[in-house]
Amino acid sequence: MKFTKDWLKEHLKTNKSEAQIIEKLNNTGLEVEKVETVKNELSDFVVAKIIKSEKHPNADRLKLCHVDIGKKELVKVVCGGPNAKDNLLTIYAPPGSVIPKNNMKLEISKIRGETSYGMLCSEAELNLSNESKGIIELNQNYKKKVGKSYFESNSDNVIELSITPNRPDCLGIKGIARDLSASGFGKLIEDKNIKLKKNGKQTLKVKIEKSKNQACTLFGSCLIKNIKNKESPDWLKKRIISLGLRPISAVVDVTNYVMFDLNRPLHAYDVDKINKGIIVRNSKKGEKFKALDNKDYSLDDGMCVISDHEGVLGLGGIIGGIRSGTELDTKNILLESAFFDPEITRKTAKKLQLNSDAKFRFERGIDPNSIQIGLDKASEMIVEICGGEVSKSDIQSIKKIENKKILFDPTLASKTIGIKFKNNEIINILEGLGFKIKKKGKHFSVEIPSWRPDIYGQIDLVEEIIRIKGFDKIQSIEPERKRLKPTLDFFQRHFHLAQRSVASKGYLETITWSFTDEKINNNFRENVEEIKIVNPISSDLNVLRNSLYPNLIFFLKKNIDRGFENQSLFEIGPSFIGKKPGEQITVVCGIRKENDIDIFDIKKDLVQTLVELGLDRKETKVDINTPSYYHPGRSGSIITKNDQSLIAYFGQIHPKIIDNIYGFEIFLENLVKYKKQNKKEKPTIAFSDYQKSERDFAFVVQKDFQAQVLVEIISNVNKSLIKNVKIFDVYEGENIPTDKKSIALKVTIQSDSKTLNEKDLNEISQKIILNVEEKASAKLRS
Amino acid sequence: MSDFEKLKDELKLKLSEAKNSQEVDIIRTNIFGKNGLINSEFKKLGSLSPDDKKKVASEINHAKQELTKLFNEKVLKLANFEIDEKVKNEKDDVTLPEKDFRIGKIHPVSQVIDEISSIFSEIGFSVEEGPDVESEYFNFTSLNTPENHPAKDMHDTFYLDENMKTLLRTHTSPVQVRTMLKGKPPFKIIAPGRTYRSDSDQTHTPMFHQLEGLHIDKNINMGHLKGCLNYFVKEFFEVDKIKMRFRPSHFPFTEPSAEVDIGYRIENNKIVIGEGDKWLEILGCGMVHPNVLVNSKVDPKKYQGFAFGIGIDRLAMLKYGINDLRSFFECDFRWLNYYGFDPLDVPTNYRGLSK
Repeated sequence: MKFTKDWLKEHLKTNKSEAQIIEKLNNTGLEVEKVETVKNELSDFVVAKIIKSEKHPNADRLKLCHVDIGKKELVKVVCGGPNAKDNLLTIYAPPGSVIPKNNMKLEISKIRGETSYGMLCSEAELNLSNESKGIIELNQNYKKKVGKSYFESNSDNVIELSITPNRPDCLGIKGIARDLSASGFGKLIEDKNIKLKKNGKQTLKVKIEKSKNQACTLFGSCLIKNIKNKESPDWLKKRIISLGLRPISAVVDVTNYVMFDLNRPLHAYDVDKINKGIIVRNSKKGEKFKALDNKDYSLDDGMCVISDHEGVLGLGGIIGGIRSGTELDTKNILLESAFFDPEITRKTAKKLQLNSDAKFRFERGIDPNSIQIGLDKASEMIVEICGGEVSKSDIQSIKKIENKKILFDPTLASKTIGIKFKNNEIINILEGLGFKIKKKGKHFSVEIPSWRPDIYGQIDLVEEIIRIKGFDKIQSIEPERKRLKPTLDFFQRHFHLAQRSVASKGYLETITWSFTDEKINNNFRENVEEIKIVNPISSDLNVLRNSLYPNLIFFLKKNIDRGFENQSLFEIGPSFIGKKPGEQITVVCGIRKENDIDIFDIKKDLVQTLVELGLDRKETKVDINTPSYYHPGRSGSIITKNDQSLIAYFGQIHPKIIDNIYGFEIFLENLVKYKKQNKKEKPTIAFSDYQKSERDFAFVVQKDFQAQVLVEIISNVNKSLIKNVKIFDVYEGENIPTDKKSIALKVTIQSDSKTLNEKDLNEISQKIILNVEEKASAKLRS
Repeated sequence: MSDFEKLKDELKLKLSEAKNSQEVDIIRTNIFGKNGLINSEFKKLGSLSPDDKKKVASEINHAKQELTKLFNEKVLKLANFEIDEKVKNEKDDVTLPEKDFRIGKIHPVSQVIDEISSIFSEIGFSVEEGPDVESEYFNFTSLNTPENHPAKDMHDTFYLDENMKTLLRTHTSPVQVRTMLKGKPPFKIIAPGRTYRSDSDQTHTPMFHQLEGLHIDKNINMGHLKGCLNYFVKEFFEVDKIKMRFRPSHFPFTEPSAEVDIGYRIENNKIVIGEGDKWLEILGCGMVHPNVLVNSKVDPKKYQGFAFGIGIDRLAMLKYGINDLRSFFECDFRWLNYYGFDPLDVPTNYRGLSK
């Protein structure tokens, strides 16, 4: 919403400065977005000073001037004025400016071999006089104005407000004036009684069909006959331009003017183009019309249309049609001032993807009581500019207008805001805004003005009161330092720890989109449902991710393209398993690219992280089943032994997707759930100081035999004596059958109660060998 | 002088002149070995009278003690000498680089979330979360934003179905309702998380981060709201004074609603927060609308309170001088290294927020 101060002053008697008004608007909730000077074609011409003028090398009558135009550097201008001389103050026209005398647009040009950046002007060229012999000579008073525009802009600044959707009343300048007046910024000027000579009845028949969902409940109209439509006078044009609109004709400009002045959208029809009468009705599917934006629209069922006996003339509250539009030769017009339901209007416009200033207002709620004043004000202006005779108004209505009333407990204001309010203060503020108040015991009966559709309940009145009083009056209360609950819950603590644990292993944390490219995602989706975004921002971000890999790999590749080969990236965040709220899991996903890396590097990063997250290694095992996006022979999953929960995957990403990248995924909810269910107190522990012995073994097993199983068999031989089993070598090759491999292990044996002697040790060694040979079909390697 | 004494002095001399451990070893055998000086002397005792025996034995023991002491001293001296000799030849160019180490980093958004959590933890807020995919009910309707209301235009929503019933949450505010529905007042929570709007340009990304705050109790008013945010902003920017401005605004789920600006000025092309005559909008807030409380099964006659929503990415940009929002999500190796935080640099309220 744009306005200028001089326009505002038609509704508000105030002596406040523009700066004060801007501050006040901000403080009452009408946020000032921008303050702009209206640029006109003359603001390009600036005061300049010739620093040095010399003879043009190739022309006797021309001069080459070095001119100060208030910028860092001097500009070079070729000048034909005989009076150009050093230190002369004059007027400079830059390239791109249009010379008023001949409407010629200046360009950078070469004049006799010398480039000229702009021009020094004569009075005639600027239409100041007929003097064209030399360039303008300004007196010394202009010395300080070098670089500034010569022509003072006499128009006001345009103030642009960002009006929140609850305040349609402030989409009119009058509403803005009312808020300022209620805030003590002057007196609201009431609409003057318009003394308009009205001749006869409005003779065109208007009918509102009483159908279900009829958006139009009021339709006011009047005829203006024998007008002479024309270009608007300058003052009106200027105002229309200040709104950011293009002046069209007096009739159209006046309707726009009233819309912005009173927040009262109007529409003007060329009566001679209307067939018989106006029928306001719901459209039928397939009806077509050409709107004023020159586009053809095909309508659905139930859209509110203004029609005549031939067909659709316009979409109610949204846009008029070409067929009945006014033109410069229009003689007789019908002015429409109506009320359309916000919700239905919005629905229709949304379906047709149509936007207009009228629609913007109707969907927010227009004052139903502004119909008459709108007709009168516009008629008065049209008659003044175009002549003609105005008929009496005709107002069709299918619903009574009633102002809402709220029973208001004034103590709610103090209770909500925290400062004391006197009843008088409350009454003054609300009445200033147009509310009508009657005391009812301790309560107020508050009648809501018809221009405030946003006020529903008591709390809305509280907002009005503090908004006008000023938020700066609220007394700040120091927060209490009391904790009711731990800041982070069990899961959140693990999230936090996982994040820092992975980062501490050299991984850079990234945050990537929750959506990704369907094509990349499909590599990682497995059997999970694809979740498409109906209106994606771009076609390569069109699905919710089913894995964190797609985006991580995408960005890893980008870094490789930037010349960074070795890198480790990770992300912790949602992965989606369904499209319902909550169907998402938290995944910690890391990827690593290095020249010299194998699966055990990534496994180390993963297992160390799991251990740091408090998972007991002994309670998990490795399974070789992994999703298809991993290398089938170089990947594994970590599973808890007692309830088979999937904690993590790790391995090489399948070379079909990307070459030589390793990664892991931790499923944080599973991990945390397992920990919660298997929470145990840490037992007190006594460390054995008895002699520790180590024995080495090498067993020959089948090639596909899992080392993990071998360790398990040995550990189970005697859980109290065997303290550790560590694999230190795996060998295939000479001396070993081709279908076999040799696994060498170091077993640590220690008793908690005595020093073991040779006999004890031999006994347990034998037991180990026997067990392994039997359970693993293995042979001790001799 | 007896032979013993003579031999002893001889060995002492030899010991003091010995140059290496081999020589010392030979001397040790000569003194303490089976047939060494000491043992030989002891063997002679048998032929002596009891009186002499006692006397001589004591002499031998004295000599043994003396020799042992000298011997140990010599061994230590030689050992040290040998180490010194060895060390002399061990010389590395310590200016060569250390072995490679990889440094991981925490993303600035995560760091800022931790900072914010630490700040609010101090005044008793706990952290809540909500789903990224939301129903239109929780994202809009329950928050007093009716269907077909222009307030919805402020959010460009990503939808997951044609009927526009499931969507990516456009703000963290649905967590308010979800939190209240699953518990009983009082509520004092913050909810950081990802939010989505289909908007992408210089200053907007389709995904960004918000922090929701909610405090509901019997007598929580706008003074508490002001105090809470004033505390937060001061702590977050680690300044003693902050210039703050509350401006009335409109959000369907709060009433009265406000936007909060903080004062700043530009110094050497950098933003200095807290003073100056320029204003920067940093958050939206207000008193929770009674309709939202009703939708959350909280009685608005008994309970009231405030809510706020802050753009986390924006705060990170301001605090750490990051100019481009889009860079947060581009995963540029250089950017992550430069703007990321050391994983050990955990913001806490006892240590302080930043290093």
